[in-house]
Amino acid sequence: MRKIKELVIERALLFSALITIAVTIGIILVLSIEAFSFFSEVSIIDFLTDPEWTPLFTNKHFGILSLLSGTLLTSFIAIAFAVPVGLSISIYLSEYAPKSFRRTIKPLLELLAAVPTVVYGFFALMVVTPFLQSFIPGLSSFNSLSAGLVMGIMIIPYISSLSEDALHAVPNSLREAAYGMGSTRLQNSFKVMVPAASSGIIVSIILAISRAIGETMIVAIAAGQQPRLTFDPTVPVETITAYIVQVSLGDVQHDSLEYKTIFAAGITLFVFTFLLNTISYRIRKKFQEKYE
Amino acid sequence: MSKEKKESVIESSIKRKYKLQAKDVKVWYDDFMAIKGISMDIKPNKVTAFIGPSGCGKSTFLRLFNRMNDYVDGFKMDGEINIDDKNINDKDINVELLRKQVGMVFQKPNPFPKSIYENVAYGLKIQGLKDKKFLEERVESSLKRVALWDEVKDDLNKNALALSGGQQQRLCIARTLAVEPSIILMDEPTSALDPISTAKIEELIYKLKDKYTIVIVTHNMQQASRISDNTAFFYLGELIEYDKTNKIFTNPEKQQTENYITGRFG
Repeated sequence: MRKIKELVIERALLFSALITIAVTIGIILVLSIEAFSFFSEVSIIDFLTDPEWTPLFTNKHFGILSLLSGTLLTSFIAIAFAVPVGLSISIYLSEYAPKSFRRTIKPLLELLAAVPTVVYGFFALMVVTPFLQSFIPGLSSFNSLSAGLVMGIMIIPYISSLSEDALHAVPNSLREAAYGMGSTRLQNSFKVMVPAASSGIIVSIILAISRAIGETMIVAIAAGQQPRLTFDPTVPVETITAYIVQVSLGDVQHDSLEYKTIFAAGITLFVFTFLLNTISYRIRKKFQEKYE
Repeated sequence: MSKEKKESVIESSIKRKYKLQAKDVKVWYDDFMAIKGISMDIKPNKVTAFIGPSGCGKSTFLRLFNRMNDYVDGFKMDGEINIDDKNINDKDINVELLRKQVGMVFQKPNPFPKSIYENVAYGLKIQGLKDKKFLEERVESSLKRVALWDEVKDDLNKNALALSGGQQQRLCIARTLAVEPSIILMDEPTSALDPISTAKIEELIYKLKDKYTIVIVTHNMQQASRISDNTAFFYLGELIEYDKTNKIFTNPEKQQTENYITGRFG
């Protein structure tokens, strides 16, 4: 009887594991098939080099670069903001703050990642953009700067929390060595702790980048919906994700070329996040080998 | 007090011989009393061994002399720790400078995950010394003093974690010597090492005492008798007996000491 119970449980666990794998394979298949049929109509060279993206207009252009530049620009702004802030927080919490303070503040910070992104989107549009406009006169109502900054706020806990974990995992004996040699807290933090935790910190940054690239609502609401090959943060842009939302919500006919652009854009996004996740997985594996 | 002035305080005390003194020291971790009122003088240019069973407070006591307990949660102390009659817990003491004068070697070898060279040069670099030639010379002389130079001279850029445990511990001692401290605290420096590495480190300690005041915590009674001039026996947060090593091991005054060194408990 007991043996049967064990067997049932084992099979149930195996089944749930298989489901997740099946779903992943399904997603990749659908993406690839639709993208493949897209690329049978549009040349991949045009896709990668055409500076314009106008699939919904009569004069159609399918240059992913203008969407990609929107994604990279907003992500870059987010990362440029979140890395210094998130890293400072993690160093403060791990090396300076009293234990009790860390225990309270860390979950609070992680709440930042739990705020629905649509709320962030409106925060960017209604609060941050008007605020920035008061000292950047040329800033349009939709722009990558405020979308990027707010996205930066959203990903701070990814960096601060995971980096803090990495710093905290550095053996205490190294901290003692650093202090025993007469290091100040600052020297201990930057000359010993951060280098020792560097792989974990890099992983946290890569995951944050990956999150920023995939982020949809904030950029769809606050960055505008105008595909444009530019690195000017004050003008409206459109990211890959925002475009996918735009087309999915509109009345594009199923199986049309316009419809298939979603999958071409989607697979581009997938390639990026997949690469980033692979890199972070590799680094994490190396990191584990080092300390075990 | 300005930085220069602080350094001159330390400088002037170098001319005197380094003398460590504890005056009625009590230590608590939260509500637990780890040290119950210890007074002792530690003689300069001698090796003093702290022995006693686990949990007797000897490591805690050792770490008072370079204030390494400062970062321990719930740590509280009362009494005075003086180095050449200067209370090292006074507000005007720069704790980083103190730790450059009072070096420490830990139980488990703890080299930084950096190259051998960077490990030894670390203490000098954080003091702002940049002269490459000076650093190279100091790294070489420090490694020679711990008899590690011949083993590593061909590959100073190798990661220190690739060394054996005994080599790592000698590297840690070299790292401590490189900043020219006057006092070296050693917290069971050989407990994680094999007998051959242990012998090398003991020999080293023996050589170092001409220039340094060394205090060593050890669980190994033979080690204490081999390398120390004076021995202090701690038990349950109290200093039971403190005398010439020879006397402690051949003719102790207290029954508890005798019981411990003859292996009847601990």
